[in-house]
Amino acid sequence: MPTQDDNLGMSTHSTLGSIRRWLRAARDIYEGMYIAPYRSAIHREYLRQHDVFMLMGFSDLLGVPNPIQFYMLELYPSLIEEFHEWHVRMGLEHPPEGGFRCC
Amino acid sequence: MSAIVLLVVGLLAFLTGVMIYSRFIANKIYQLDPDFITPAHEFQDGVDYVPTNKHVLFGHHFTSVAGAAPIVGPGIAVIWGWLPAFLWVVFGTVFAGAVHDFGALWISNRHKGRSIGTLAESIIGRRARVLFLLIIFFLLLMVNAVFAVIIANLFMANPGAVVPVWGSLVVALLVGFLIYRTGAGILLPSIGALITLYVMIWFGEQVPFTLPDLIGFGPTEAQLAAANGDASVAAEAARLDGQRVGWIMILFAYTFVASILPVWLLLQPRDYVNGHQLFVAIGIIGAGVIMLNPEVVAPAVNQNIPADASGWFPLLFITIACGAISGFHGLVGSGTSSKQLAKEPDARYVGYGGAIGEGSLAVMSIIACTAGFAVYLSRDVGAAQGLALWQQHYGSWEGATAGAVTAFVNGVGVLASGVGIPESVAVIFASVVVISFAATTLDTAIRLQRYIIAELGVEYNVKIVQNRWAATGVAVVSCALLALGLDRGAGGMRIWPLFGTTNQLLAGLTLLLVSLYLIRKKRPVWVTMIPMTFLLFVTTWAMLINLSRFFSNNQIMLLMLGAAIFVLEIWLLFEGIAAIRRVRAETIEGPAPQSVTDRLP
Repeated sequence: MPTQDDNLGMSTHSTLGSIRRWLRAARDIYEGMYIAPYRSAIHREYLRQHDVFMLMGFSDLLGVPNPIQFYMLELYPSLIEEFHEWHVRMGLEHPPEGGFRCC
Repeated sequence: MSAIVLLVVGLLAFLTGVMIYSRFIANKIYQLDPDFITPAHEFQDGVDYVPTNKHVLFGHHFTSVAGAAPIVGPGIAVIWGWLPAFLWVVFGTVFAGAVHDFGALWISNRHKGRSIGTLAESIIGRRARVLFLLIIFFLLLMVNAVFAVIIANLFMANPGAVVPVWGSLVVALLVGFLIYRTGAGILLPSIGALITLYVMIWFGEQVPFTLPDLIGFGPTEAQLAAANGDASVAAEAARLDGQRVGWIMILFAYTFVASILPVWLLLQPRDYVNGHQLFVAIGIIGAGVIMLNPEVVAPAVNQNIPADASGWFPLLFITIACGAISGFHGLVGSGTSSKQLAKEPDARYVGYGGAIGEGSLAVMSIIACTAGFAVYLSRDVGAAQGLALWQQHYGSWEGATAGAVTAFVNGVGVLASGVGIPESVAVIFASVVVISFAATTLDTAIRLQRYIIAELGVEYNVKIVQNRWAATGVAVVSCALLALGLDRGAGGMRIWPLFGTTNQLLAGLTLLLVSLYLIRKKRPVWVTMIPMTFLLFVTTWAMLINLSRFFSNNQIMLLMLGAAIFVLEIWLLFEGIAAIRRVRAETIEGPAPQSVTDRLP
């Protein structure tokens, strides 16, 4: 079994193994420097746009007539998985009347 | 002495800190628990609370804390010789700065990933939260003013840096567009951006750009007096003032726009392109030192301290803040990093290791300013004369603060020639690195200042500054007024010691919180109490020296700013003593009941 140093993730198992681990660590650090700092801001922006889309898609549940409901039907199967997270994020503990029975 | 010795000794000391001292703190003091359920797991939401691989988190944390400050601080502090600066960077990082960063991350992790400001309110009280907001406000105010002045001075000293710096903005916009709009992947746009940047650095050397004097100032009385009646010399000084003011205004106009744009459009790709520079610069300096093996020409302890500079004790400790200990790191650690810790033991690697990375940058800066820069100065005149020229550059406190970045940039230029890069191109490269760091900090700090102003607006119910545009406007204008108010920007670097002090105060507040938590846990408290006491002692003493200097030089603006920070310092001191006594009493008698109803059966 490789022994994991608790400091830098080094392995004393074999030279090749430790080189591989160092390279993996370097790649992860690189990812952390260039992607991680902005992940939450970008994900939040994605969610904001996505929530507007969900609101439009399910507007009739909130009493606003949806002129394209017929065409939305096809999308519902792919949206159903996100439906629960969406209504919770929107501050509705339970789904709006007439929505999917998700919780 | 050879610069290689300095590099090796510094890195070995840091390694010892990581391997031995940080392990001792993790096991005996903070007692990190691998089974503790971190906030990242407990509140996982895919946005802020995300359990993250420790290397990814290290990269994130390190880029967030690294900036231009560990370059500038040591660049000034070598005025007292390289030894005091080197010892403070090494011992300060190992025993104070890294312990502070590690502690901030740990304590936040133990309190649901809350930030230092919220923790101050819940552990010390509501007053501490206002104290915290004010410290941050002053910190950001000064960092923005100082960094704008640093960038303006670099643009003026190295006109070749103008094209690559502004050109990199266009490249960043393109990279952002390619990655997010066309799905071009991340590797090819990055490589393309780096190649373009280096071509622009070469191109910038061919096409230097000098900003015309847009303001048209007349010479001041001081400039006329300094010119000994020579009108053309005074007019030239006034023209440079006009140029500097022009650059500072352009920079603040840019930060206004940059802090309002969505992060993915400009900030992320810009940091992304700039982030590479950090590694390239560290690599070039390290390789340059080994290839050239330059002599550290500057004296170990400078015996000819200029008349306008006091002794190294205690001013050294507020001149080098970032690079030894910096309260700003605690904000990052408790703000974003603590919400992403997958396992509590990772805090040691991320928090302690991140500070060690920053300390290494400070050591590089000391080497560039004392060895590389001295070689640059002695190029045509020989070593003995080079030392004289070095002492002349650091011949006054004013000159040292204004010339710190020049020393670093030219020092890196010399070291880079050791790895085969033409010196004139390397000087522009080093300028671009410093400007990029400073500009990144400027963007982020204006954005943060906007949040702080809006939060103060909520606290005191001032509706107008809760608006995004108004808050950004107040942030930009207040920083610009401070930058321009000191001799038309020429005296902007005089703020540096005040910036250092405020940064140390913030670190003091964080160390106080960690100490209080350790007292509650009945654990040894000396690891955080000794650095905290030392910091508060030296900053108070240094502030008194600074205030008397501002008073005798009749520098009203700095005196007012310094006095405000001094009041915050005394406030923190009293809050600290009161909180420690309260918590000590609690641990002896058990926690005080919440209310009378708790006493009822």
